[in-house]
Order: sequence, then C-alpha cells, then structure tokens
Amino acid sequence: MADLTAARPGIEDIRQHYTAHTQRKRLYGGILLAVFVALMAAGFRTADARNAGSFADGFTRIFDYPSEVLAEAVEKAAQLPGHLVHFFPALVETLNIAAASTLVGAVFGTLLSLLATRGMAPWPMLIPVFRRISDICRAIPEIVIALVLIFVLGGGPVPAMIAIAIHTAGALGKLFSEVNENASLKPVEGLTSVGATWAQRMTLGVIPQVGPNYVSYALLRFEINIRASAILGFVGAGGIGYELKNAMSWGQGRYDEAAAIFLLLFVTIVAVDQLSGLLRDRLTHGAKA
Amino acid sequence: MTTFDTTLTPADLKSDISRLFLKKRLMNFALPAAVLAYLAYVFVVFDMPGLWERASLDNAKTLVSDSYSYKTHVTRDNRSGEVSVAIEGERKGAYPDGMSPDWVALGETTVIDLEDGHTVTFGPEIIAYEIPGYGTVRATPSRSAGVQAELPAGDVPEWISVSKNRLAVTTEAGRLTVTRNRAEVFRYFAGWELFFFTLDSPYYGMGAGELMQRAATGEGGAIFQEFWTNKMWRHQVVAWAIAETLLMAFLGTIGAGIIALPLAFLATRNFMPLRSIRFAMRRFFDFVRGVDSLIWTVVLARAFGPGPLTGALAILVTDTGTFGKIFSEALENVDQKQIEGVASTGAKPVQRYRFGVIPQITPVLLSQLLYFLESNTRSATIIGAITGGGIGLLLTQAIITQKDWEEVAYYITLIILMVMLMDWFSGWLRRRLIKGEGGKAKRKRRRPEEGGAFLLP
Repeated sequence: MADLTAARPGIEDIRQHYTAHTQRKRLYGGILLAVFVALMAAGFRTADARNAGSFADGFTRIFDYPSEVLAEAVEKAAQLPGHLVHFFPALVETLNIAAASTLVGAVFGTLLSLLATRGMAPWPMLIPVFRRISDICRAIPEIVIALVLIFVLGGGPVPAMIAIAIHTAGALGKLFSEVNENASLKPVEGLTSVGATWAQRMTLGVIPQVGPNYVSYALLRFEINIRASAILGFVGAGGIGYELKNAMSWGQGRYDEAAAIFLLLFVTIVAVDQLSGLLRDRLTHGAKA
Repeated sequence: MTTFDTTLTPADLKSDISRLFLKKRLMNFALPAAVLAYLAYVFVVFDMPGLWERASLDNAKTLVSDSYSYKTHVTRDNRSGEVSVAIEGERKGAYPDGMSPDWVALGETTVIDLEDGHTVTFGPEIIAYEIPGYGTVRATPSRSAGVQAELPAGDVPEWISVSKNRLAVTTEAGRLTVTRNRAEVFRYFAGWELFFFTLDSPYYGMGAGELMQRAATGEGGAIFQEFWTNKMWRHQVVAWAIAETLLMAFLGTIGAGIIALPLAFLATRNFMPLRSIRFAMRRFFDFVRGVDSLIWTVVLARAFGPGPLTGALAILVTDTGTFGKIFSEALENVDQKQIEGVASTGAKPVQRYRFGVIPQITPVLLSQLLYFLESNTRSATIIGAITGGGIGLLLTQAIITQKDWEEVAYYITLIILMVMLMDWFSGWLRRRLIKGEGGKAKRKRRRPEEGGAFLLP
C-alpha cells in the first residue's frame, strides 16, 4: 500500500525526477542507436569486402543488365508472343508445383496442428513432440531438401514439390494451430458426448469453425510457394526457373527469351497476389453484398 | 434487418431447406473430389510412375551411409608394391609415410585386420582375403595376365565378382578390389572422420582430458588454431559462411525497414494528401514485390558479382516492397487523437511524427522486422546458393561433388540449427521489446488481414 500520510513531493522534485528519467532514457536510446548504426556500418563493410564486386562499382551498373535485356526484347518484339507461348508450359509446371505442394502441405499442416493443439489433440502427452516436428519442418529451407532429393530422384518437379510441401506443412501447422486455439471447444465436447470418434470430432466440430481462416492462410502460402518453386527451378528442379537459367546462360542474343520469362513470372505473381488478396478479403470479412 | 416472408407454407419451407441441404451435401462432396481430381492430374503430369524408375536407390544408400560413416582406404600400388592408407582416399586424409592405423600392419607383407576374423594380406605376389565361413580368396595381379583369382570350390557367391581383369569382394567387414594396377581395401567406421584434427596435426587422437590439460598449460591458442584450420572440415570457412548468411539477412531486413518506413508515409491516405504520389508509391511497392526475389537476385548478381553484398541487396529490394505495404497499412490505422494531442502542445511536424505516430506503429514495425529477420535467414541460404555466398554456396558445392555427404549432413545440421536459433532469438527479442505495449499490439493485430496474416513468407 502506498503511504498516503507522507508529504506530497514538491513540483521541483517531480520535475527533477522527470528530467533525470528522460535523460537516462535518452542516453540508453542514444547508446543503443550508436551500437546499432555501428553494427550496420561494420556489417555493410564486411559484406562489401567479401563480395566479388564492390558496392560503389556495381551501383552504377545496376541498370545495365535490365536495359540490355529490355533493348533486345524491344528489338525482337515480334518474337515475344512466340516466346510467351513457348514458355507457358514451364509456367504451368511451376504453378502445378506450387499448388500441389500447397495442397499436400495444407493436409499435413492440418493434421500437425490438430495434433498439437490443447483440447483437440488425441494424445496430449505428445503435443510438444508434434510442435517440435512442425518447427523442424519449418526450419529446413526448401533448397536443402530439394537438392538432396534431386540427387536421389533425379531432376524434375517432384523433388521441388516434396521440398516445398514439407516446409509448407511446418509453416501452416504453426499458423493453423494458432487459429485452432481461438476455436470454441464446445462443438467438440458436444460431439464427444454423443460418442463421435476423434476424426469425426475434428471434421464436424473444428474444421467448419476454422475453415475460412485455413483457406486464407493456404492462399497466402500458395503465393509464397510460387516464388519458391520458381527459385527451386533455378537450382535444378523443373519449371520456369530452369528455363530462366538456361535462357540466361545463353547470354547475349537470347535476352529476348529471358525477357519473356521475366514478364511471365511478373504477371503471374502480380495476378495471383491480387486474386488471393481479393479472395482472402472475402473469406475473412464475408462476401460484400 | 432480414425480414421473413410469413406467407410461406410449411411445404415450401421444407423444399427450400431440402434444396439448401442438397446444395451443401453436393458442395461437401464436390470440394474434396475437385482436390482429388487435381492431385490425380498432377500425379500424371509429374510422371510419378516413371519416378520410381528414375530414382536411384544406390544414390540414396550412399547418401545415407556416407552421412554417418566413413571409410578408410588401404591401397597397394601393384607396380611398385607401395602401400598407402588414406581416410576417404583423399590426400587431405592420408596417413604420413610409414604411419598407419593399428589395424594395418605395414611390412614386406601387409596384414589388414578387418575384425571378426576377416583378414586381408597384401603379399609380395599374392593378395589374399580370409573370409570366415567361406575360405580364402587369392588373387595374383600381373601386368601380362590381368588378375588371376583363386576361389574356394563351389559356386561363386553373388557378393564376389570375378572377371579377367578385376576381382571385387564385398562383405560386411569391408570391401576388397583388385585390378591389374592396384589392390584396395575399404574398411567402414561410424562417425565423422577427423572432425577436430587432421592426421598431420600434433593433437590428432588425443582425448578431451589431455587436450584440456594442454590448453591449461598455455597451448589453448595452438589447439584452437589446429582445429580452426582443419583441412578436411574447414571450420573457419564454414563459420564465415554462416556469418555471411546471417549478415545478408540482417543487412537486408534492417535496410529494407529503414528505406520502407519514410516511403510508407507517402503511400498513406492520412499523411499524403496528393493522390498521384500516393498512387505512384503504391504501384512502386507492388512492382518491387511482384518482381520476384529470384529476378532481383539475378539482376543484382550481374551488377555486383557473387558474394554476400548481392544477397543482402536482393533481400533489401524485395522486402522494401513488402514492408512498404505493411507499414503503410499500419500507418493508415493510427489513431489521429494522439497526433492532435501532440500538435496541441505546439509540436512541429517532425515532432508530431516522432511522438504522435511512431510510438503507435512501433509494435507492428518491430514484430514485422523480427519475423522477416527469421524468415530471411532461410531466404539468405537459398539466395546464397544462387549468387554464390554463405552457407548456401558451401551446401551446393558439397552436393555437386556427390561424395562428401558427411559434409552435406554437417551443413544441413548447421543450417537447421541456425534457423531455429534465429527463430528463438527473434521471438525472444519480440517479447522483450513489445512486452510493455503488449495490450496495444494485441488490439492492433485483431484484424487478421492487416499484419498477422502477412507475416510468414
């Protein structure tokens, strides 16, 4: 309890106290900022020193490559539609990798999340185990699994799909279990009282509550997975990334192909971004009547 | 308010309800069916049945066994008769002349003990492998007649392959290959070989206790130096690679945050009255985000060459777009009252932003930055593999050689540990920094589409 009988501090005291407090805060803030700036500067210098070309040199050349590509694409503009048609199957493959891995990842993510949420898990003792599993799945970068699987399974879309699916399962498992925690457990209790099995309790009691949120997160993940599958193509899995790597290794004279691939990738990402944004908005806020 | 039509007869109502139920039932069936149909399509398109044929189980076996075991080669040059011992057959792991592990007795006839009664003898002329329960396999290599093998009587078992110029015996204890030019024995051991010290180091084979003792008497620096410059595992290079990867993530994320914050103000309705600038800024963010990090990486690698700086810049550029979008959404949701309050005390515009706006968006800003720092550690690994920097490069190099799988396993372990550590660290920092403002942060995050959902690339 505060001592109410003590004499009130004078205004001068309060002011002094306040000033001292502010000064201390400022000092700490200043030191923190200085350390931070020093870290950034040191980091930048280290990165610059360990890079093949320096920042100062490269900075003036940033737009050299894009402008070369653009110039060649404009020069051969007539062939652009042909290239777009030619590379379209590769784009479809990339999209398929992303979609299939999102679906598979979402299924496993749902399972992981249900097994790792208190009140829903059939084996409460194993909740930490399933949490760690999804943490580990999330922590492994796709490229690690993809490269190892390419060695075993040979090149192609399947290694990329499996790699992205594993990462997606971990990431969605975490997000889904956050959603699950906000779901009401009353339907589950009701279903338990009529003797429903665990699978029935989950499909009838939990999934309808969390469905829209799940779909919204999965859409977001799909967007991310398109980017990931394009990148994995670059290191050996199929799809548009692989075509991009080939087109680039041909070098000058074939830049129009690279331009076509850039264009396809850009348009796809923007389109999916906008579409999934719209869909997610509808899912979380309901349809705008 | 919804109004109900009270003139409906029960029959009408019932048919309405039945139709609704039918629709729901159909939907419940159609959705999984559509998903299944799509997966079946993917199954065909990806040529899953053909996958099994293309898959190489041998590769998988080498990969798995190599990642937790290693082999020591004992090689005899049949022309000169010299015997050399090397771990993994690499020069870096070769025993110095005249030195050998205790299961190899060098001499006129070299005796190699493979344990469990398996013994290989490299004689001056004859190479013999004594296999318990089977007998002795003898081979006489010569330049003129190839390899003459003598096997015990009976059929040749499938773990022995004999031809005119080659004899190969594979048992559980090891493997013997004899060709015209040389005879070679592999013996397998569990573990990662020479992880701490290579054979040429004076500290090779010392126990932890003895090392501690020596470290205490002033050899600590030398011991660390030997470990740090290990030629087989290159601890120094690996440590630098990890540092480079973390540096890419740190510089990229923080740099993007610093650049995106002022730009975000220009894209908001409440701070930017000029519509055209607002529009241009938003399209700029969309463009930067839409040009994938893959494209940025490729373009920037052309200008800056391979290395960590390129990776950092690629992350920086991509995330500037994402941060710009997130920050401007957060800025549009700030409370005007706080700014008015600061303005009423006579604050100048800069002070209004500093004390009226920034404190409101700090929780969103910090939590986003920290989330991205963690996820960018992963991206930096991937970008490093493309541009050539950091642990990603080491990993791809080790995989391309297709034999150093123990190094691949080591790098993968390190990468996973690194990412999990960053995950834990960013979570810890987030809780520490936003603890005081926890209530506000929670209130701000209630709408899932603004922040919450955006977080995890």
